[in-house]
Amino acid sequence: MYVSGTEPQSDTFEELAMPLFDRLYNFAYWLTQNRDETEDLVQETYVKALKGFSSFQPGTNFRAWMYRILRNTFLTSRTGLKATTTVSLDSEDNGPELTSECETPEAILIERSDRQRVQSAIDDLPVASREILLLCEVEEMSYREIAEALSIPMGTVMSRLSRARKMLAERLRR
Amino acid sequence: MACESWKTQLDTYLDGELPSEEMHAFDAHVRNCASCAADALARVQMKRSIQAAGKCFIPRAEFRRRVQESIAVQPRRAAAGWGWMITAAMLATLLLVGLGVTYTERRRAGQEQQVYSELADLHVATLASASPVDVVSSDRHTVKPWFQGKLPFTFDLPELQSSEFSLMGGRITYLEQTPGAHLIYKLRKHEISVFIFQEGISPSRGDERSAVTRKLSFNTETWSQGGLWYCILGDASAADVHELAELLKRSASS
Repeated sequence: MYVSGTEPQSDTFEELAMPLFDRLYNFAYWLTQNRDETEDLVQETYVKALKGFSSFQPGTNFRAWMYRILRNTFLTSRTGLKATTTVSLDSEDNGPELTSECETPEAILIERSDRQRVQSAIDDLPVASREILLLCEVEEMSYREIAEALSIPMGTVMSRLSRARKMLAERLRR
Repeated sequence: MACESWKTQLDTYLDGELPSEEMHAFDAHVRNCASCAADALARVQMKRSIQAAGKCFIPRAEFRRRVQESIAVQPRRAAAGWGWMITAAMLATLLLVGLGVTYTERRRAGQEQQVYSELADLHVATLASASPVDVVSSDRHTVKPWFQGKLPFTFDLPELQSSEFSLMGGRITYLEQTPGAHLIYKLRKHEISVFIFQEGISPSRGDERSAVTRKLSFNTETWSQGGLWYCILGDASAADVHELAELLKRSASS
């Protein structure tokens, strides 16, 4: 797990950014669902981050900063715009809660534990749910880091994450 | 607290986001509540499944190399990066300026040498001529008016009654296709040329200061004054050349 925190002053951008490369790529792929677009997105993210490195405040969370750049870049891309116009990020927070029946999604999961099925279910989530679930479960970010990366309040992180889990459970139940 | 209340916080608990006191209380409850323990186990398994499923896209080595090359050796602080670049740019600029200055100085020195060579040629050729001057007169009030209408400028000549110098006369001359006055003064056995041109032709960049220098074995003194460039050239001593220069300067400023 990546340990976030204050980075030493002497670190170069490369030293800080390259350890995140595989994870950023993986996250970007989940957003774009296309290899070429993923490479473009990651490349653009690194170029933008390098250009804006002087504005990065030492002692703040570099990983969250990089993810925020990647996500903002994605949101302004053609794929990102298409994805977010289909499902509004804001409306999702205020929408009706999905019913969560504790009886069996997890049990079903155990029974049918199948990586491909879980992948399909994640893939089927709206971008806003997909990204927050991945940041929490795959990137193992804290709520505060997620809030920084997505530029949303902590309360929104919790509500959006709860919704994403319930939506995934719904899809796995089908 | 009823189990339902615990379960609403189960995800936050498993994410490790509850305050430490609540975390301890939750730990104690899960150890004693089979229902909540089962839910917690199921959700932990779900988290692990998502984590395993979520890590599935690996970048190509070539793509990683390309990105790494594009960001390689960039200092963390932009200021440091710019500092290095600025230093390099300054060094490059200094080098270019140095080369430029050297080139300009060499070029200027070459031009200056060429001008003095031409003036020396004119001086020698004029003295070797059977009729070195076109206006033969020792009277400045005769010589000066002779140039009127022949030159695009006018000049004053010094009163020489109290000096050893005598005016022999003058002629029109050309330097770099520019017309000017060529006056011949005599000091004992020495004949001295005084050239007067408009300032643009000056190789001494309009510097009003002057000093006698030795060029091509002649003593010369040049200066700019009142938009004109003066050059005295002859085989008289440096002191004599300078004295004539001072006479001309005084007359030009009077």
